[in-house]
Amino acid sequence: MEQKHLLVIGNGMAGMACVDQILKRKKDFIITVLSEEPYYNYNRILLSSVLAGEKSLDEIYINSKEWYEQNGITLCLNAKAIDVNPEKKLVHTEDGRMFAYDLLLLATGSNPFIPPIEGGNKKGVFTFRNMADTENILAACETARHAVVIGGGLLGLEAARGISSKGVKVSVVHLMDRLMDVQLDEVGGQFLKREIEKLGIEVLLNKNTSKIMGHEQVEGVLFKDGQVVATDMVVIACGIRPNVELGKKAGLKVNRGIVVNDFMETSDPAIFAVGECVEHREKVYGLVAPLYDQGKVLAATITGDKGPLYEGSVLATKLKVMGIELFSAGDFKATEADKEVISYQDHSFGIYKKLVIFRETVIGAILIGDAADANRFLEMIRKRERITDNRQMLLFSKAPVVAGSPADVMSRPDTDTICGCIGVSKGQIVQAIRDQGLKSVSEVKACTKASSGCGTCTGLVQDILIAVAGVAFQEEKKDVLCACVPFPKEQIRLMIQTQKLASVQDVLDIYGNGTGCSYCKPALSFVLEEVLCGDHKEDRSARFINDRVHANIQRDGTFSVIPRMRGGVTSPEQLRKIADAAEKYKVPMVKVTGSQRIDLLGVKKEDLPKMWADLGMTSGHAYAKAVRMVKSCVGTDFCRYGTQNSIATGIKLEALLEGLYTPAKVKMGVVGCPRNCAEATVKDIGLVGIEGGWQVVIGGAAGKIVRAADILVTVKTTDEALEAALLFFQYYRENGEYLERSYDFVVRIGLEKIRRETVLASEETRKGLLERLARAKAKAVNPWDEAAKPVHPMQFKDFVLPKDAEALIGRGAL
Amino acid sequence: MSEPREIKWFRAAPLGSIPEKEGRRVQYGEHAAALFNLGREYLAVDNQCPHKGGPLADGIVAGKNVFCPLHNWKINLESGCALSGGEGQVKVYPVKIIDDFICIAFEEGGLGKENSAGPCQEKCDERL
Repeated sequence: MEQKHLLVIGNGMAGMACVDQILKRKKDFIITVLSEEPYYNYNRILLSSVLAGEKSLDEIYINSKEWYEQNGITLCLNAKAIDVNPEKKLVHTEDGRMFAYDLLLLATGSNPFIPPIEGGNKKGVFTFRNMADTENILAACETARHAVVIGGGLLGLEAARGISSKGVKVSVVHLMDRLMDVQLDEVGGQFLKREIEKLGIEVLLNKNTSKIMGHEQVEGVLFKDGQVVATDMVVIACGIRPNVELGKKAGLKVNRGIVVNDFMETSDPAIFAVGECVEHREKVYGLVAPLYDQGKVLAATITGDKGPLYEGSVLATKLKVMGIELFSAGDFKATEADKEVISYQDHSFGIYKKLVIFRETVIGAILIGDAADANRFLEMIRKRERITDNRQMLLFSKAPVVAGSPADVMSRPDTDTICGCIGVSKGQIVQAIRDQGLKSVSEVKACTKASSGCGTCTGLVQDILIAVAGVAFQEEKKDVLCACVPFPKEQIRLMIQTQKLASVQDVLDIYGNGTGCSYCKPALSFVLEEVLCGDHKEDRSARFINDRVHANIQRDGTFSVIPRMRGGVTSPEQLRKIADAAEKYKVPMVKVTGSQRIDLLGVKKEDLPKMWADLGMTSGHAYAKAVRMVKSCVGTDFCRYGTQNSIATGIKLEALLEGLYTPAKVKMGVVGCPRNCAEATVKDIGLVGIEGGWQVVIGGAAGKIVRAADILVTVKTTDEALEAALLFFQYYRENGEYLERSYDFVVRIGLEKIRRETVLASEETRKGLLERLARAKAKAVNPWDEAAKPVHPMQFKDFVLPKDAEALIGRGAL
Repeated sequence: MSEPREIKWFRAAPLGSIPEKEGRRVQYGEHAAALFNLGREYLAVDNQCPHKGGPLADGIVAGKNVFCPLHNWKINLESGCALSGGEGQVKVYPVKIIDDFICIAFEEGGLGKENSAGPCQEKCDERL
């Protein structure tokens, strides 16, 4: 049999998902795809994530060059189809090429709707529909200070959040009296408005844009009511219209979209259509889930397995704006009298839940603030489940066995939909994991397509995987901070910087699982403090106990106290105070440490502030990921071999850096000659005096491993040596991973690169490092000052009840 | 439940005296409980980690779990079960707010119900 030539116009999600389904049916087609855009197939839904900096452009490709090649698909990029001749079965492209077909698949998607606004062609006016738009908007954000987004629908809000995350002030203007008026009722609109405003985005409702002002470049927007908003850029996101032009040229029946029947056939037996350009039973779908359903049916029809029917989809929407949970599905309006509403509103938590009931079944839902039950309700709507039992509890899910544990999702029935975009059930995922021995989320994604749509179900997919695969489970190789906050570390720094996330809980709520763990909470505490140069919102509950009470916890729950002794130099007065304190608080052990300091071991928590007050010394930070000490040798002051003044330099270096926090502890040493009596060459930072100058050394260690430090630079003066030390110190603070010691850091980054980016960097770069260091240093305090001003009255206290404490008597159940 | 019996609720701490997502040791005679403020509720377990007796009250709270400050065992505050680090379980104490006090029924402490996640589902986390 001769192979048929299938020509696909449109390289988008719907078209390629359909082709994927066709390939699964193993029909021997010769397939050619015409793409107007110059890119391989990418996930258009994730463009808003790219705009928000949560994903890079590279990360949103769905099918690679190899996929097309392996499946024998000819992909023509930059090939815009402009005409179809259904008699001769020919398609013409803008660049004059001609393609013959046996079967034609139109997956032309939709175009942004641009309302007739005067001045819409000015520089700085964008639509938000494809990769090029996204790149243009991102570029404009670099200089813009204010942006106006016209359109308060799904896309407009996602664009607004993305632009706002770049530090640009955003106003969203909407023609209607509420945001997302297609997906929300009035109350929902009010809840959403408040949530959007909480993100620092201005919302202007009932605004009809009449003109975009400015000469060549946008300068402002004028509304019909006469109000003017000054702005540097405008994004038009007023919805989409099916792209039906080719359908019309092919002589197909076209209303709003290209009309198809339940088999996904058009009025021409050789032409099929799928996706946003299609009208089915008078409905046009602009969301991804229905497009996949259509694709499956179309694949059957076109390969000759005609039978499966597409009977329409329940419309469901999830807003993909980090920090806002919103879900809407089905008929949520309940305008007719025979429809009932069950709803719940919690204004202080911003939670709104509404179900519309018709004849004992759920037919519509809105969830704002807590959309955890979205899939459960969608399932009920799809299956038309009766709700007779337990009606009062309908809005509230059953408490999971252990919240957030894998057992939670595993307790759901196999038929439950996990991935709403693609329509993958829990049972299918479980079976795929078992049958194919899948180990990682990306394997599950490749095999079942689950989580390849909007990606919000990735966490659930992982939970299932952990439960089913057990010990075989493999975390994604991607270098993320922690399973609780699964973003690359660099990206988290960027998000904190650009989105002004101030507290650990902010980051966990918006980008993580909300709870965190003993690794990521202290890690985020450090990153927030470092990135925001001390302007973060301190949350002590996210800190390790040592950083709450500024002492080092010991195996018996007591603490050790090490006062700062700069350069390892002390005085009789200090020693007297230390001796007095040791006696007064019955310290069981006084020990000289390896860091040229004195350690008071075995101190009770409640004694800590009193002891600090008696000592009148600064914290030595011997308990923290912070600057520990600078050891020094005697140097030119007394030593007959000394070539440099190591004591004074050591004290100075310690004073310059003390009180600053670092990815891992930083120990330093300054020695006056290469005999190295204070072991500077096995310290994180060391200064080694030589005849006529200093060697500045970094990345040394004498701990679990022993590593001789590398020479960063050799300089003549003490000031130069100190500056080099400071440059490396700040560079390590900004680029080191939490808990990564300098000796691992130096190996990971490479000495040459470190040199290039610190001591050999441009003056501007060096100045930047030193300025940020100075800003952080200006905010640094002596934590032991909390003895007088505790952050909480119970900071150092526990509760001890007297032996004869009186109890209240209760009866019956606990 | 058969006959209603007397339960002694001891005033452990005034409401508001424990910072959110932190714990404090509450000592009463032989009993040493770790009482946690989880924002919307208070939970109490025995203060001694089943591993080496570390003071759980000083641990980092994550959801309804606490990480022991000594060797990072993860203890569930509802069941008392160790979820990572090793196997073990600590007593859980009933907690109730009466008037302006968080009260603990020290004499009613016992092993909580093991959760279905099992005693040691996750791998030991030795990062700290």
